[in-house]
Amino acid sequence: MKSLSFHRLPGADAMSVRVQEQDFDVSAELALMRIGNPKIGAIASFVGVVRDINEGDSVATMTLEHYPGMTEKAITEIIGQARGRWEVLDALVIHRVGTLKPTDQIVLVIVASTHRGDAFAACEFIMDYLKTQAPFWKKEITPQGARWVDARVTDSRAAERWGSIEKS
Amino acid sequence: MITLLYFARLREALGTGREELALPSGINTLGALRDHLSKRGDAWAREMADGRNLRAAVNQDVAAADTPIKDGDEIAFFPPVTGG
Repeated sequence: MKSLSFHRLPGADAMSVRVQEQDFDVSAELALMRIGNPKIGAIASFVGVVRDINEGDSVATMTLEHYPGMTEKAITEIIGQARGRWEVLDALVIHRVGTLKPTDQIVLVIVASTHRGDAFAACEFIMDYLKTQAPFWKKEITPQGARWVDARVTDSRAAERWGSIEKS
Repeated sequence: MITLLYFARLREALGTGREELALPSGINTLGALRDHLSKRGDAWAREMADGRNLRAAVNQDVAAADTPIKDGDEIAFFPPVTGG
């Protein structure tokens, strides 16, 4: 498979991918995307949050590990796939790594489009594929000890319902 | 030389996250490399066994067992991903 290639037109296919330990400010990111692009008519966003219960056990903290370099490449490719299906004027993905606790924000996906249908669909598509394709791994600390989280079949099915993605 | 990377549960089980390796002669696919690594025994035999649900990437692209590998490649093995 060849490497990513995006035809960059000024302001027409902006995107940003960030992997970071620090928290993010959803309002600030939404405002940044909206301001300066009067073509935008709809912005859809998704925030993933750390739950206090998983697989029936309470979770004290979790640590997220990733594959630096491939993570950014995989998410960029996922956004490119979304762009091939829907109108995406701008997209942002922020994924946190390191140690997080229940109620902390983990992941943010924001998609801007002209109309809401494309923004909703592209946002959900990016999130579904991120969960099954982007190289992150969660390790939970519970009263029973530390354990690596197993991949879920439901996540694979969520991604599969979009059909196969063609490689760019 | 090739660079081998191991992540998450696999990294802990093998006791290493990274190594440089001279590509063994006759090993030219990802699947052959996995088989070669499994012959190290102990944790390697267990973790790299055919039945283990492992994923891999060659030069940061997800890759299948028949993907060709060559000197200079960065090859990663890891469990199914659990981000988001």
